Amino acid sequence: MASNEEILAGLAEIVNEETGLAADAVELDKSFTEDLDIDSISMMTIVVNAEEKFGVRIPDEEVKNLKTVGDAVNFIANAQA
Amino acid sequence: MARKVVITGLGATTPIGGDVPTMWKNALKGVSGAHTLEDEWVAKYDLPVHFAARCSTPALDVLTRVEAKRMDPSTQFGVIAAREAWADAGITDIDHDRLAVAFATGIGGVWTLLDAWDTLKEKGPRRVLPMTVPMLMPNGVAAAVSLDLGARAGAHTPVSACASGTEALHLGLDLIRSGKADVVMCGGAEAAIHPMPLAAFSSMQALSRRNDDPEHASRPYDIDRDGFVMGEGAGALVLEAEEHALARGARIYGELAGTSVTADAYHITAPDPEGLGATRALKAAMFDGRIQAEDVVHVNAHATSTPVGDKPEYTALRAALGTHVDNVAVSATKSQMGHLLGASGAVEAVLTVLAVYERQAPLTINLENQDPEIPLDVVTSARSLPAGDIVALSNSFGFGGHNAVIAVRSV
Repeated sequence: MASNEEILAGLAEIVNEETGLAADAVELDKSFTEDLDIDSISMMTIVVNAEEKFGVRIPDEEVKNLKTVGDAVNFIANAQA
Repeated sequence: MARKVVITGLGATTPIGGDVPTMWKNALKGVSGAHTLEDEWVAKYDLPVHFAARCSTPALDVLTRVEAKRMDPSTQFGVIAAREAWADAGITDIDHDRLAVAFATGIGGVWTLLDAWDTLKEKGPRRVLPMTVPMLMPNGVAAAVSLDLGARAGAHTPVSACASGTEALHLGLDLIRSGKADVVMCGGAEAAIHPMPLAAFSSMQALSRRNDDPEHASRPYDIDRDGFVMGEGAGALVLEAEEHALARGARIYGELAGTSVTADAYHITAPDPEGLGATRALKAAMFDGRIQAEDVVHVNAHATSTPVGDKPEYTALRAALGTHVDNVAVSATKSQMGHLLGASGAVEAVLTVLAVYERQAPLTINLENQDPEIPLDVVTSARSLPAGDIVALSNSFGFGGHNAVIAVRSV
């Protein structure tokens, strides 16, 4: 079970790997599309990598609700609980 | 009078140089890009062929990690070559609606396709990456180059096996002559040094098995040739309407004077032993460029080093050029860099353009005992091409009976 800080750090690492964005730019209040300029294909790659890293399942219909990094961290934390 | 089309930019990444200056220097020196493969999969699958000619500069030394992640290796090579050609052309002001792409591949994203299949079997469908389709599609390289340059007058992908790269130039010439574009980024890219294509080409007896001596395995016209050597890489050429190039004061390497494409309709893989389709292609390219046999001083031959392939090309050259063929300096550059499949025609076009521009023919290596049935004047040591107006031809032939020829005239 990862803490929210650990999930954020792990997610930032995945985003960096996929997009080249600096990991410290990945903050809780940042929007994936508006602030981080992540397109839908990159988003799906990030989701699948996050599923593997955190051992959770993020259903496709849930992905559109993950607007900010914080949304994703909360979803993963709840899914792990 | 058709619009004249000139070549104003060159790019390449190959087994004998990661850019055009390095490739050209080595092509005149005569080096081999073939080496033993150190990959674990050679032993794992007990492949009958243990060597290939890899690009001398890995794509990841040139592209950023994030750029490379979204491209199949074939597209990575294509984008690298296209960027070099574009910078070389020095075009700073262009109507992007008049800029097209004709970028070929023989196979396309074979690494992406097979990696995704492995992932599906090992980890399930959820792990198959969403970028898989755009990375494996054969038009992926043309699309990536179009995106990179902002080329909006169409992004085309001629596919005709090992004639693909040359066919891209044929299409590019047509696009400019017909007024559909003013500038076309042409080229070819391939990255198929993967165990499956190596196994498949081996099973059809197309590859050399000289495992103990890779550097001497590619030996076109030699009596002991036993197959081609798999290469990889890309070549790119900027074609430009002459008036467009003159208006911006561009450096012009040469004129793409004529091109042609024919089909053997003889056999799915074997070349027509009489070389009839190749002869028609040579004659058609010369007719297209208003070229007489006597104008031709140099040929970059297809010459893959297979026992059955090299001779029909000679037959075709003699049929098209007559006795003048004895006066033509013939280079078989696959002896140095192996066979780049769908990229070979594009890379050889770059070499042909440079031969005309620099008046030097690239070398053929590994020719120790020339096949007496192929009495061509093969360039095996430094050879200057004559001054004055000259023409060079480059041939490419592909499985499926595809024949493509380009003719480059000095300016």
